Amino acid sequence: MFQNQYETVFILTPVLSETQIKEAVEKFKKTLTDSGAEIVHEEHWGLRKLAYTIQHKNTGYYQLVQFKAAPTTVATLETEYKRDERVMRYLTTKLDKYAIDYSERRSKGLIGRKNVESAPKAEASTETQN
Amino acid sequence: MRNNAMSLVNDPVDRKDQARKKYCRFKKAGIKYVDYKDANFLLKFVNEQGKILPRRLSGNSLKFQRKVSVAIKRARHLALMPFVADGLK
Repeated sequence: MFQNQYETVFILTPVLSETQIKEAVEKFKKTLTDSGAEIVHEEHWGLRKLAYTIQHKNTGYYQLVQFKAAPTTVATLETEYKRDERVMRYLTTKLDKYAIDYSERRSKGLIGRKNVESAPKAEASTETQN
Repeated sequence: MRNNAMSLVNDPVDRKDQARKKYCRFKKAGIKYVDYKDANFLLKFVNEQGKILPRRLSGNSLKFQRKVSVAIKRARHLALMPFVADGLK
């Protein structure tokens, strides 16, 4: 079956407890795997400050998931996002060949050494914090 | 005639501040992908109000200016960067 590589980031409300967050993340990962997606990489950024208020909230839990899936999977995932009140924001993007290369290096923590100009050390430090 | 002070031919003006040529930093550094998750990096391409800088200021090639602007817009959607700000820098 034809597959693309996608990357999705979603923001959960800060009112949730640790276990509720884990449960919500598991739920979305399950919707992905149930529709035949293969999860490549995931990152939990934790509670972050938002650049502007969303639903009267200044913070949110960020979660990133990279997966390989058929194009129809994205639609089912996004319907799940829309139905779930815990999700404040989401973004799903298709990764092109440069993005796949970049995200592979990023997941290995190579960003910041290879590309001096891009991906400053600040990003590498946030990755180690989480 | 040419060295005459009354000559109608304009002397070339030597502008020192324009001597440095602009370049696209992505092409120079060999960066292929602009990451929207890296808000600190994208901050270089906005002014202090959070607006995207034009190419004439950033020096980006058209290809990467497009990629930068898409990345900034994605970062804004995820509240990694502000839509409007005051004194970002």
